[in-house]
Amino acid sequence: MMTARLQDGLLRQAVPWVVPALILIVWQALSMAGIIAARVLPAPTAVAQAGVELFTEGTLIQDVAISARRALLGLLIGGSVGFVLGLVNGFFPWGARLLDSSVQMGRNVPHLALIPLVILWFGIGEPARLFLVAIGVAFPIYINTYHGVRNVDAGLIEMSKTYGLTTWQLLRQVILPGALPSILVGLRYALGIMWLTLIVAESIAATSGIGYVTMNAREFLQTDVLVLGILLYALLGKAADVAARALERRLLAWNPAYAQA
Amino acid sequence: MQMHTTRTAAKGVTIEATALEMAFGPRLVLRGVDLTIQPGEFVAIVGQSGCGKSTLLRLLAGLEQPSEGAVSLAGGAPRPGSPLVRMMFQDARLLPWRRVLDNIALGLPSQRHAEAEAALAEVGLAERRRDWPSILSGGQRQRVALARALASRPRALLLDEPLGALDALTRLDMQGLIERVWQEHGFTAVLVTHDVEEAVALADRIIVLASGQIALDLHIDLPRPRDHASRRFTDIKKMVLDEVLGVRPEHREPVQSLVPARRLARTA
Repeated sequence: MMTARLQDGLLRQAVPWVVPALILIVWQALSMAGIIAARVLPAPTAVAQAGVELFTEGTLIQDVAISARRALLGLLIGGSVGFVLGLVNGFFPWGARLLDSSVQMGRNVPHLALIPLVILWFGIGEPARLFLVAIGVAFPIYINTYHGVRNVDAGLIEMSKTYGLTTWQLLRQVILPGALPSILVGLRYALGIMWLTLIVAESIAATSGIGYVTMNAREFLQTDVLVLGILLYALLGKAADVAARALERRLLAWNPAYAQA
Repeated sequence: MQMHTTRTAAKGVTIEATALEMAFGPRLVLRGVDLTIQPGEFVAIVGQSGCGKSTLLRLLAGLEQPSEGAVSLAGGAPRPGSPLVRMMFQDARLLPWRRVLDNIALGLPSQRHAEAEAALAEVGLAERRRDWPSILSGGQRQRVALARALASRPRALLLDEPLGALDALTRLDMQGLIERVWQEHGFTAVLVTHDVEEAVALADRIIVLASGQIALDLHIDLPRPRDHASRRFTDIKKMVLDEVLGVRPEHREPVQSLVPARRLARTA
């Protein structure tokens, strides 16, 4: 009985990995049969080999660390700006009147279109990449924070006032927890944009990071390294999503919609 | 000696409304309401929906400002957030991200958290203290809301149809609980309800509000706990119901020995 349930649990855990595994197997088979040329798409084993080589050289770890650091720093800066703006505009009507329409205009500009301008402003160094990531993540965090704050149950706010909560207590104990489900949706959305922006930014002008590794590999026709870089992005993206989900489960334990998920 | 003074101080407050008028745009919701509620009195305000009863209660709580006239509570203007007054709404309005006990402690300074525990025990839900509100039933949520209101020892409790969304059995149960805590704490209670039977069961005094005016002001001297099936209970209920429904006097059966303190002369 116990073992059956355990097996059941393992099976459930394994299900999401069935499709990626199948793709790998078919891919490997096609490569070995010579149907896919190595120049077009190297076999998974060749990609793994390239990974092991780069890993033992020590540069891979370094590049992943540099990319992750850029991503998180950009997220921190842009996320903070979006969060604070969303909170202020959602909570204070004058804030929304003053700023919301400007932000909505800015939101509709594709942030990657700013690249030429960003290069003119910051050159091609680290600040340019961080700026792009920060701009990219600020908007989804802003919009979801703003809507989260605006949609906090008005009855709860009125009740809090009858209980004598100060503005700070109201913000901390009512508005913020009430807006949190929406804010976390914004965070997950921002994580996707964060990686996307970073890939582009690292491909343009960089001497380190995963984007640089893949661009470099393209120059030398190292398709195995190129595919490796793409897979690394997929894994890092997945890791960020897993972290965000864990955060949701932890912070939204009170919400029946998240408690079971 | 000290104990004695705090206990007398914890009794109910006087609530007074003078020439109260309230307009929302061109619509006059309250037109000249004069009402004095004695300390510790249990007053029920009944009337059809839209008669202005909830607005009157919100004015008494200080949640809204009257267009004309004034409200005085314990000698001053009511101020939302004052620990003198607590309010219960039709929905429990618990913070879903706080466990039951933390909800009751809302707005209480941390050194008074023992009072939150006591209030929870008073409504009979001590064993649910660690639960999230989402897993409680509607009746249990209202009990928690009542405990939250009681935790700060208010001197007036304003109830805005707090039992309106509950099933009949839970409602009877809650009525008993509200009557009990009112008797124990001695606060002034003002209950807005559309349920005439509930009003007759609980109140010392029933105010019928019709089109923003007091149509009937009736003191009820039935002994507690009240027998819902007694002749006098049903007589009073009928009289109040006739008034709420606006039955014309010549179509009413006379009810013996009931003399309202006030009755509006109806022209229509």
